[in-house]
Amino acid sequence: MFQPRLSVSVQAEAFDAEREFTELQGEDRGIGAIVSFVGLVRDLNLADDVVALELEHYPGMTEKSLMRILEQASARWSIQAARVVHRVGKMHPGDPIVMVLSASAHRQDAYEANQFIMDYLKTEAPFWKKEWTPDGPRWVDARDSDQQAAARWQA
Amino acid sequence: MKLNILYFAQLREKFGVSHESIEVSDQVKTVTDLVGMLAERGGVWQEELGGSLLHRFAINQEMVEPDAMLTDHAEVAIFRPVTGG
Repeated sequence: MFQPRLSVSVQAEAFDAEREFTELQGEDRGIGAIVSFVGLVRDLNLADDVVALELEHYPGMTEKSLMRILEQASARWSIQAARVVHRVGKMHPGDPIVMVLSASAHRQDAYEANQFIMDYLKTEAPFWKKEWTPDGPRWVDARDSDQQAAARWQA
Repeated sequence: MKLNILYFAQLREKFGVSHESIEVSDQVKTVTDLVGMLAERGGVWQEELGGSLLHRFAINQEMVEPDAMLTDHAEVAIFRPVTGG
């Protein structure tokens, strides 16, 4: 049976998007499409200036939970490979925070799997964001819109 | 039953503790029972866990619903809804 290449990395260091892309493609010439999503730290949230962001996570569970999301995506779409790289620790506006790569023979599987992975990551993977504003630090609240984005895949 | 409880993010800061090992009585069977028992400690515990704030739970690193059964020596994590990505 065909086994897609699935991998995750939770890391403090910045990632090299081009290297991640090249490694995902590998030697697989059956891949016809790679979708690459990169999430960035914004400088504005709830009308406040954000000067820095800190990401906390649940070591052990985070990796398992991301891997489970990739397995769910590969059960649902025909993908050759998928990878999530998520940073933790302190970051600043403009910094890349998360990368999701998905590869398939045809673009639709890669596009949809990529969105599914990101929507589930936002509601299921144990990460918590803390923002620093000029008034001090503040934990970010979960958004209903993220719950709705994940729920649409259950229809 | 012995449990290893982990607190993350807001809860870790509010409680001033990231993890604790506790022995619970036979009456504490589910996650909801455990949360109720912790809220009875009063103060910040009651404030965070005794009201309407939303929490998520994991047993042995798997997300579970509040009615999930606890098991001896389980790792139980309590946290606010996640905000990664």
